[in-house]
Amino acid sequence: MLRLEKRPSPSRTWAYLAPVLAVIATMIGGGVMFALLGKDPFEAIRIIFYDPLFSEFAWYYRPQLLIKGAPLILIAIGLSMGFRAGIWNIGAEGQYIIGALFGAGFALALYPTESPFIFPSMIVLGALGGFLWAMIPAVLKTKFGTNEILVSLMLVYVAEQLLASMSLGLMKNPEGFGFPGSRNLQQYASAHNAELWVGSGVHMGVVFALMAIIFAYVMLARHQLGFHIRLTGESPKAARFAGVNPNRLIIFCLGCSGALAGLAGMFEIAGPSGQVNIDFNVGYGFTAIIVAFLGRLNPFGIMLAGLLMALTYIGGEIAQSSLGLPSAAIQAFQGMLLFFLLAVDLLTNFKIKWAKAEAIV
Amino acid sequence: MSQTLLQIQGLTKSYPGVTANDNVSFKIKSGEIHALLGENGAGKSTLVKMIYGLVRPDKGNMKLDDESFKPLEPRAARASGIAMVFQHFSLFEALSVAENIALGMENPPKSSALSIRITEVSLTYGLPLDPERLVGDLSAGERQRVEIIRCLLQEPKLLIMDEPTSVLTPQEVTTLFTTLKKLKSEGTSILYISHKLEEIRTLCETATILRNGKKVATCDPRQKSARELAEMMVGGTLNSAKPKKLKLGKVVLEAAGLSLPPQSAFGTSLKNISFQLHQGEILGIGGVAGNGQDELLACLSGEVLTTPNTIRFNSKSVGHMTPNERRALGVLAAPEERLGHAAAPDMDLIENSMLTAMVRKNLSNAGFLNWQRAKAFTQTIIDEFDVRTPGPQSIARSLSGGNLQKYVIGREVLQDPDVLIVNQPTWGVDAAAAAAIRQSLLDLAGKGAAIIVISQDLDELMEISTRFSALNNGKLSVAQPMAKFSLDEIGLLLGGADA
Repeated sequence: MLRLEKRPSPSRTWAYLAPVLAVIATMIGGGVMFALLGKDPFEAIRIIFYDPLFSEFAWYYRPQLLIKGAPLILIAIGLSMGFRAGIWNIGAEGQYIIGALFGAGFALALYPTESPFIFPSMIVLGALGGFLWAMIPAVLKTKFGTNEILVSLMLVYVAEQLLASMSLGLMKNPEGFGFPGSRNLQQYASAHNAELWVGSGVHMGVVFALMAIIFAYVMLARHQLGFHIRLTGESPKAARFAGVNPNRLIIFCLGCSGALAGLAGMFEIAGPSGQVNIDFNVGYGFTAIIVAFLGRLNPFGIMLAGLLMALTYIGGEIAQSSLGLPSAAIQAFQGMLLFFLLAVDLLTNFKIKWAKAEAIV
Repeated sequence: MSQTLLQIQGLTKSYPGVTANDNVSFKIKSGEIHALLGENGAGKSTLVKMIYGLVRPDKGNMKLDDESFKPLEPRAARASGIAMVFQHFSLFEALSVAENIALGMENPPKSSALSIRITEVSLTYGLPLDPERLVGDLSAGERQRVEIIRCLLQEPKLLIMDEPTSVLTPQEVTTLFTTLKKLKSEGTSILYISHKLEEIRTLCETATILRNGKKVATCDPRQKSARELAEMMVGGTLNSAKPKKLKLGKVVLEAAGLSLPPQSAFGTSLKNISFQLHQGEILGIGGVAGNGQDELLACLSGEVLTTPNTIRFNSKSVGHMTPNERRALGVLAAPEERLGHAAAPDMDLIENSMLTAMVRKNLSNAGFLNWQRAKAFTQTIIDEFDVRTPGPQSIARSLSGGNLQKYVIGREVLQDPDVLIVNQPTWGVDAAAAAAIRQSLLDLAGKGAAIIVISQDLDELMEISTRFSALNNGKLSVAQPMAKFSLDEIGLLLGGADA
């Protein structure tokens, strides 16, 4: 019989080993799933993990890694602060959409004026949009004690409706022959979030993601606010005793994650996506939850996890086109990653012991 | 009468890193009150859990009435005639006494029949209890009666009682002892777990003493002095703390008409609390837990804010100030719950020092934290308060109760407070650590700080307080010099009578 025994203190080895083990377990579990779907599991795994980096077309996929990784990392960094404090923002997808609408809306309203101030203003507005959208669950929670998980999640669907209405109405391209979707911001120089070096995949969002990683790291390790966030997550009562104002912390964590998600949305819509359209959001806000946990809620861990997740996105797309794997299989594959991580995580705090079953008289 | 009821031979039980019981053997005779004496962590709980079938021994055996006895679960132990009253009650506050008792029975009779049985048993043993009352309305002593009657309905051969008097007033203790003596005269054996030496000397005829999981001795406690017993328990000589005679200095902390509505469904409200705390004095606040102790501490520490002028520090209103603003002024506190309130369980001691010492020890600069200084301060606490731990990097949860409590008290004392409020400073702490903690509080008062000690342990309050007042149902009695009181008077105060 297996028994779990709590460790006197969490194992450091396991804390680092768990994500690696989870990735391996996902490869095995995913391989079995692909085999059941009638595909060669080894080829599928190779296509997902190896081809984007080292195949003959890797020159095209490698920049994609940054383009897909940046929003994931940006959002996950914000989420991780709240998660550490036990504040669960599940609605980053909605904040991402609203941030994008704020930034794009501003640019579309000024079109075709050219000015060096347009893009910086869009950055500010993108962050503001996400922040305001996140303030709805924050204020409801602090004033009325509502559950931020439900409210933030529900607001994702509200944001999606708003996005659809904007793509079909207010922000629709007047020269678009009646098709849904706005003007393409890639063709509007003042608003375009262009690559800083052509073909590198590095746009302003990547720069912001790097800055977010560094800021988050310094704050968590060295600043009072980061200490209070960690303390609240460990023990809310002790945090209160230490003088933490729980409401202010809720506002800060939700606001911060909302603003970062909004930024991610803005950089996406002004760059790689380019257009306000019904299918603009592709689930970065939800995937970022996996990224945050896979990265152990640690800023540098999140960076690696974001890149890994981006890899499965890109590899998944290749596998869809070359092997004909259904996209749901790729999503299940990504889900497995979180599933196995949480399972392996148990070993950080617990030891597994074999205990002989004792006969019952 | 001297027939052996339960014989324990060589019981051994190990947990990872610690041997809770090491080859323990003793006998319990029919109709005796047998004390099991030892410090916290000496292995008393593990031993009785083995008898009650909650834990299985690694080695050794037990014989009940000369037959092999291996209870696999509490139900089997109960079927063999063993009953246990736990230190922490397992009662549903929203249910009546009778309903609570029925829940613990294998085949409960009809409720009317059960109520009659409860009344019978409670009258026979002098434990007055109304079966129809809601448990939520009962005092701690009455709740314990519910647990005892639940056991007595099984007509046990052996009744195990784990620290039964820790939550009782002196009068309730007397009632309990009468009941236990009556049970004994009827031939029921009682295994009585405690670390209160005086009560063991009045109640028990045999005592088995455990230290570090091993049996030290079995003796007749009436033949030994309390000091001898304590020294066997601790394995060394003890120094007891002595308060210095002090004249009352100027008033530093004052509460006037402090009231607070209950913070939760079963919380206690504070009702018009007033006191004055003088420089250099220790004000002991006695009372059974749950009478507003936690609420009072939260108001004084700043975790719960009140109207500004209900609490004044050096004539300045502080009721509206946050914990850190009060710390900056010199008002510090140490709550009762060590893990999860005074300290974060999974954070290391350095981080836990940051928790309260950030302001007074200058551990932050414009919001940026200085971990080197926090580490140095933590090391000072460890050295000066003799905290046994591998080092400042150990997480709080890995420390034993006594060591963690020494750390928590040390962390506040070493910040040189003007006012220190501590709640249950030695609860669940071994005798040596408790003595050290009391001494440190006395030393701090000797340096001119004003201290409030909230405690359930009357012996402790009598030992260190200059003045005493009782907290009952959210009301605080007028503080009087400790020397004025007899034990009886204190008991009456704790029961809510006016002084």
